[in-house]
Amino acid sequence: MITKKRAFRFFFIALVFLTFIIVISSAFAAAEPSTTQEVVEKGSRMPWWVWPLGLFVFTFVLGIVAVLGGVGGGVLYVPIVSGFFPFHLDFVRATGLLVALSTALAAGPGLLKRNLASLRLAMPTALIASAASIGGALVGLALPTNVVQTLLGATIIMIVFIMLSAKKSDFPDVQKPDALSTALGITGIYHEESLGKDIEWHIHRTPLALLLFIIIGFMAGMFGLGAGWANVPVLNLLMGAPLKVSVASSVFLLSITDTTAAWVFINKGAVLPLMVVPSIVGVMLGSRIGVKILVRAKPKAIKWMVIGLLALSGVRALLKGLEIWE
Amino acid sequence: MGNDKAKASQEQLVYANLLGKGALTGLGLLVITFIVYITGVLPNVVPFDKIQSYWKLRVGEYIHQANSPTGWKWVGLLNNGDILNYIGIVVLAGMTLICYLRLIPIFVRKKDTTYLMIVIIEIAVLLLAASGILTAGGH
Repeated sequence: MITKKRAFRFFFIALVFLTFIIVISSAFAAAEPSTTQEVVEKGSRMPWWVWPLGLFVFTFVLGIVAVLGGVGGGVLYVPIVSGFFPFHLDFVRATGLLVALSTALAAGPGLLKRNLASLRLAMPTALIASAASIGGALVGLALPTNVVQTLLGATIIMIVFIMLSAKKSDFPDVQKPDALSTALGITGIYHEESLGKDIEWHIHRTPLALLLFIIIGFMAGMFGLGAGWANVPVLNLLMGAPLKVSVASSVFLLSITDTTAAWVFINKGAVLPLMVVPSIVGVMLGSRIGVKILVRAKPKAIKWMVIGLLALSGVRALLKGLEIWE
Repeated sequence: MGNDKAKASQEQLVYANLLGKGALTGLGLLVITFIVYITGVLPNVVPFDKIQSYWKLRVGEYIHQANSPTGWKWVGLLNNGDILNYIGIVVLAGMTLICYLRLIPIFVRKKDTTYLMIVIIEIAVLLLAASGILTAGGH
């Protein structure tokens, strides 16, 4: 039996290990050649296999930390890997999208079968978000790297504030479903195991939420972050879907939004198998370990540490973009 | 136990089953092709000793320097270990499109015109992104 104390100790070790990998990678990445000419002429000082292996170990620990901290792997992956590893932001964003996509594809079927994720809720929102994500990906690939890196840092810091301030509501009170959600038939019933009863839900403020999904989709495509941090507050607090339905539908929604943006990066040639495969396998294996620990214990302090890690990587991305901390 | 009303709809179950199988296939292919890649059984478009010289570059610069494929040109280079990995990646990225195509006959049968339209427009969006039309012109 894993107690809260043991889970916390496990998490703390993982976090220290993660910090260690970040510091080591950062030190080696800083020692690598930096200009295009230098890079092509001199190559690298490290054997090629060091970075994929380091990425696998890093993403394995990240998978554990992300699950225990209640955040998606993508939101931690992009700022940390772009800030502390030698890969260009273009490849990191492409891989970040594929990491978020893979985890969504792995979790989506189970959530749909249990009727926690709602196809009727996700499809209209996904249509808006996925179309916008194409625009975000194209803009992100066209803008100068330092601009995208700066905007990424600012976005991560904003996410930290959202995580600190946003409240969650298990069963929001929806007095009357709006006309659009009624016309689209967005409603559902799911079995709430903690209460032992079926919960019927409706939503409201659908037009405003759909407008917000344009912004969410655009940012997901631009930064390759996944967008659970934004999907859940909009689905839960604005539209009034129950928390479990919001979280599950958000995961499923990511499988559609991130797919669309990922295609843009794939067609641009921004996919490096040496980055993509170790990252996906590492995060997925780590997440499985994380879930096993999570079902037994979830110390609240973990959330604060993950927020701290996110804030640090956000500041790092911001300073790197502004060329203050290279 | 919940009653029947709390159970997932037919289209949701069909989508979930197809997505589950596709995700598993994609991940399996990803691992197998990666093993083929790193064992060096096949030649690579970008050799191992060169790849880390390129991954610090912007993608356009990388494509130019490494002569790596864009769009769907990778299909013609599948005899290379690094390009072989695209199969798993494309299966993962293509699953949503396949699942949406599978929803069409269900919504037609149910005469759910609104969701049928949503499905068709989403397929158009996905095809547009996957076609490479939007990214053509650059590297």
